Amino acid sequence: MAEPPRFAAGAAVLVRNVDPVHHSRVPRYIRGHRGVVVEAQGAWPVADDRAQNLPRPRVEPVYTVRFAARELWGTGGHWVTVDVWQSNLEPATEADG
Amino acid sequence: MSGDHSNAPAAARVRRLEERLIAAGLVSDTELDEILARYLAGASPLNGARIVAHAWADAGFRDRLLADANTAITEVNLSMRGGLQEQRLKIVANTPERHNVIVCTLCSCYPIGLLGPSPSWYKSEAYRSRVVREPRAVLDEFGLRLPEAVEITVWDSSAESRYFVLPQRPAGTDELTEADLVPLVTREGLIGTAAV
Repeated sequence: MAEPPRFAAGAAVLVRNVDPVHHSRVPRYIRGHRGVVVEAQGAWPVADDRAQNLPRPRVEPVYTVRFAARELWGTGGHWVTVDVWQSNLEPATEADG
Repeated sequence: MSGDHSNAPAAARVRRLEERLIAAGLVSDTELDEILARYLAGASPLNGARIVAHAWADAGFRDRLLADANTAITEVNLSMRGGLQEQRLKIVANTPERHNVIVCTLCSCYPIGLLGPSPSWYKSEAYRSRVVREPRAVLDEFGLRLPEAVEITVWDSSAESRYFVLPQRPAGTDELTEADLVPLVTREGLIGTAAV
């Protein structure tokens, strides 16, 4: 059973600042950064769990999350979107910005 | 970030596994080749070009394609079910105000079933690390000089979706038939490193 979706399109989210020893599909450059959910894509087994050969990988919603270049790199006027499993996201508050 | 895939431990493991299976008589080299050939036979940027030309010619199809690409591409007899599991396809449209470009910063995810094997530069550390940071400069090096007013979005395929770009229909092509539009679309246009 997939986890129910926690976020809707337009939600401000913060990527957890994880640093696991195993393979992770959370690119390092978005960890600890703030973005906005563009859309919920559906649910898939968590790649980080599969990479560790866990017998029952969690199944979670994956979101397209949009980041401003300035948030990620401190400079630039473009946008970067990244696909992120739900457990790597938490709601962002104003103080995170 | 892993770079050269041919030297990756996974590649060596796959080779050893193949050798064991063949030695055990469970599968032959020929059968493995046939499976790969079957997957790649239909995999060509021509599929992407056909989808783009159809979207240029048919506004209704374009809308359906942008809303739900997996369903829409079955209208032109294509699908994302060529691999082990169906992948989600997302097509992102360029407009006069907005340009899109795709990348996989973690490895080399790419809609191979629709676009064929990716170009070698797509898998290079230089492209993967730089395009998310300074896309305008990278596109400029590809010969695509975008006006400052055009906003750029970089799509990093880090999960189970695969992306490609729907370029803008070139000016002066109103008289062309859909079949004549197909050869105008390049692989670089579908990745977003060229205008078309």
